[in-house]
Amino acid sequence: MSLLNLQLKVWRQNQGQPGHFQDIQALEIPDHASFLEMMDIVNERLIQDGGDPVAFDHDCREGICGMCSMTINGIAHGPEKATTTCQLHMRKFRDGDTIWVEPFRAKAFPVVKDLMVNRSAFDRIQQAGGFVTVRTGAAPDANSILVGKEVADAAMDAAACIGCGACVASCKNASAMLFVSAKAGQLNSLPQGQPEKNRRTLGMVRQMDKEGFGNCTNQYECEAACPKEISVRWITKLNRDYALASAKEAFVGVKEHAEGGD
Amino acid sequence: MSLDSKIPSGPMALRWSKHKQDSKLINPKNKRKYTVIVVGSGLAGSSAAATLSELGYKVKCFCFQDSPRRAHSIAAQGGINAAKNYQNDGDSVHRLFYDTVKGGDFRARESNVHRLAEESVNIIDQCAAQGVPFAREYGGGLANRSFGGAQVSRTFYARGQTGQQLLLGAYSALNKEVARGGVEMHTRSEMLEVVVVDGHAKGIITRNLMTGKIEAHAADTVLLCTGGYGNVFYLSTNAMGCNVTATWRAHRKGAYFANPCYTQIHPTCIPVSGDYQSKLTLMSESLRNDGRIWVPKNKADIGKPAAQIPESDRDYFLERKYPSFGNLAPRDISSRAAKDACDAGLGVGPGGRGVYLDFAEAIGQFGQKTIAERYGNLFDMYEKITGESGYKQPMRIYPAVHYTMGGLWVDYNLMSSLPGLHVLGEANFSDHGANRLGASALMQGLADGYFVIPTTIAPYLVTQTPGSVTTSHPEFTKALEDAQGRTNKFLNVKGKRSVDSFHRELGLLVWDKCGMARDKAGLTEALKRIPELREEFWSNVKIPGSGAAANPELEKAGRVADFMEFAELLCHDALDREESCGGHFRTEHQYDDGEAKRDDENYCYAAAWEHTGDLSKPKLNKEQLTFEEVHLSVRSYK
Repeated sequence: MSLLNLQLKVWRQNQGQPGHFQDIQALEIPDHASFLEMMDIVNERLIQDGGDPVAFDHDCREGICGMCSMTINGIAHGPEKATTTCQLHMRKFRDGDTIWVEPFRAKAFPVVKDLMVNRSAFDRIQQAGGFVTVRTGAAPDANSILVGKEVADAAMDAAACIGCGACVASCKNASAMLFVSAKAGQLNSLPQGQPEKNRRTLGMVRQMDKEGFGNCTNQYECEAACPKEISVRWITKLNRDYALASAKEAFVGVKEHAEGGD
Repeated sequence: MSLDSKIPSGPMALRWSKHKQDSKLINPKNKRKYTVIVVGSGLAGSSAAATLSELGYKVKCFCFQDSPRRAHSIAAQGGINAAKNYQNDGDSVHRLFYDTVKGGDFRARESNVHRLAEESVNIIDQCAAQGVPFAREYGGGLANRSFGGAQVSRTFYARGQTGQQLLLGAYSALNKEVARGGVEMHTRSEMLEVVVVDGHAKGIITRNLMTGKIEAHAADTVLLCTGGYGNVFYLSTNAMGCNVTATWRAHRKGAYFANPCYTQIHPTCIPVSGDYQSKLTLMSESLRNDGRIWVPKNKADIGKPAAQIPESDRDYFLERKYPSFGNLAPRDISSRAAKDACDAGLGVGPGGRGVYLDFAEAIGQFGQKTIAERYGNLFDMYEKITGESGYKQPMRIYPAVHYTMGGLWVDYNLMSSLPGLHVLGEANFSDHGANRLGASALMQGLADGYFVIPTTIAPYLVTQTPGSVTTSHPEFTKALEDAQGRTNKFLNVKGKRSVDSFHRELGLLVWDKCGMARDKAGLTEALKRIPELREEFWSNVKIPGSGAAANPELEKAGRVADFMEFAELLCHDALDREESCGGHFRTEHQYDDGEAKRDDENYCYAAAWEHTGDLSKPKLNKEQLTFEEVHLSVRSYK
């Protein structure tokens, strides 16, 4: 194990006030530590020195809860492919490096403090249709709904999204299309999701627009930053589903309780 | 107070049906008048909140994370058990019940476990209907895998992220109800206190973690779905935010805490690499289906690359000791066997605290592609953390604290000894006894939330006048003042040590004296040192910032202060239980071959501890456990 000496430039901000970068020395950091453990060490020293520790979101620290959210050297979750901030380890950096640490920036993700942002817009998008309306206890036997392995595997690919928001943070337009397309796409491609497909698609896309996320201009930065490697082909599918749902709405209307499929 | 477990009478297999039949109903018009508070949004909390809202109750749900989807159920990897018998391998409700009672080392309540096994099949139906992308076979039906402690293949899974997919299912049901207006969701809200009015839980006090605002919420009943207390050990596989605060605060207000000494050590975690370490990472024990666990037979081979150690010089110790279960022996047994190997000086990797988990044979048999399909994300995770590839060399694993079987005591209706306070999922004590089998935690969380509480909440609610207590009641005013006072107290210590430094010291102490193996001398010492550490905490902790804004250090301080008190009860319970069973291993009580020695004559009870106001003198209440269906026997996996 070796030790690294690093120069950090960390974004500091209180809610509703302008922010700034602070220079922080991070000396003698073990290269086996994770990026968040490096931040822990920095905070411990800040507290000892009477400073204000850096606030950041984190929880499971095993890459699945989607809570951690740092833009590191300009890249959401940092330089390693398919990796959340908590799973990024310091062995990926070199002694003497300068590291820029910022929050996930987007109009729809207001800063709470320092590196913490408010991502509740993602919850509201899913409340606008990201579910199958099935009452507890009203389900048929699980094997009465057959789903081909290819379809199930594809739905699982979309379902792997952890809702972290790196796609938004990496997009110059702060578009949430990768997130929304993965969430809608999982259910829209399964037989269980067919009855509400149009309603779901329209509801989620319109809520996304309402939250202030930007438009997708097909640069695919989102796919490159996604820690779960969600494919942009889900965006293609969402555009198709949205076009069909809009057309149907224009010609026949989408009732509050839609009768079913396309 | 005597413990009335309210177990229904009659034949075991009919008890739950009979209980549902006998339970009082509330008509739909009246359900709307009742408010239910749900604390926690993991599998138990989300499923309960969604289902109670569907039934018509007004629900307020709280979580400390920024979204309900981030609750730590999300991290469960391997799978969920259900007695579907889709494999035609002889599984049944009775067999799942039997395996779970035996796996729990005869310290669970039989009737609860039978209900759990019955509901397991409904969970799979419910989740599949929600669009949970379970693994499937080419014909479109659901696939299964086998798991520790069972000889049938009954585990349903979604790649290595079953917990995430089940939670997203429950979260989607919750979102549906939030959209409909049935659930009011409060994120980034931490419960600080239970409010008790005339002996009944009637609300909670919370802190908004974005603004610091302390708030009161009243309801007709409160559900705690707040998970386990594994973070008392500081290093564990739990998320950083997992805490005992909700259950501990309830305990202080009258809810008995049962069997805290039953803590599960998970055998397949990535070993500790340094003292900066903030958490331990678990890899699903499903890896044990294809990986073989071994250490070198000779100390001379330690430090050599694994490939240079010939087959004849390897000790596949689980296969040797437990031929019929082999690498799938239950968690406690596998963990202790790994500890024994390392204690004998045969451990591998830095610090000698590790054993190999080797996939060479499985890769040879099935090919790397198949192994990657089964466990790809686990191999990736291992490589990210250690910088080594599990495909090219054996992984190194070591046991770590993972799950806690103990929790608040509840009766058959999931109500604690504090009337009106219900406890679901890992936060209660009832279903796993002294040891939990793999793929059973997800099952319990969802059974409690989707299928048990929707029935068992009514018998309590019918005795209550809906909306009879509001936040204008003096008890709420007092609780708000107390919570504010506690916050000020933290901020006014102005000492020299960080919260984390105290947490780390407490964790090391508890792991050392009350971890994988315990004895009287160690526990007695821990009981002396914990109060000293607690005293230092309250006189020397340093918390920067204020209470009137987001302040992560203040949040941690509240949680660690409660762990400091809870740790003492944990050690009291471990000291009191003069036997070895499941996750509780007392070195004084073992057979000559090192196996755990249970004492059914004297300890066949659930220890339900009552808070007396003096942390050094908790009062023990006993619920005797009777075994009518599964006869008490030595839990042998040989």
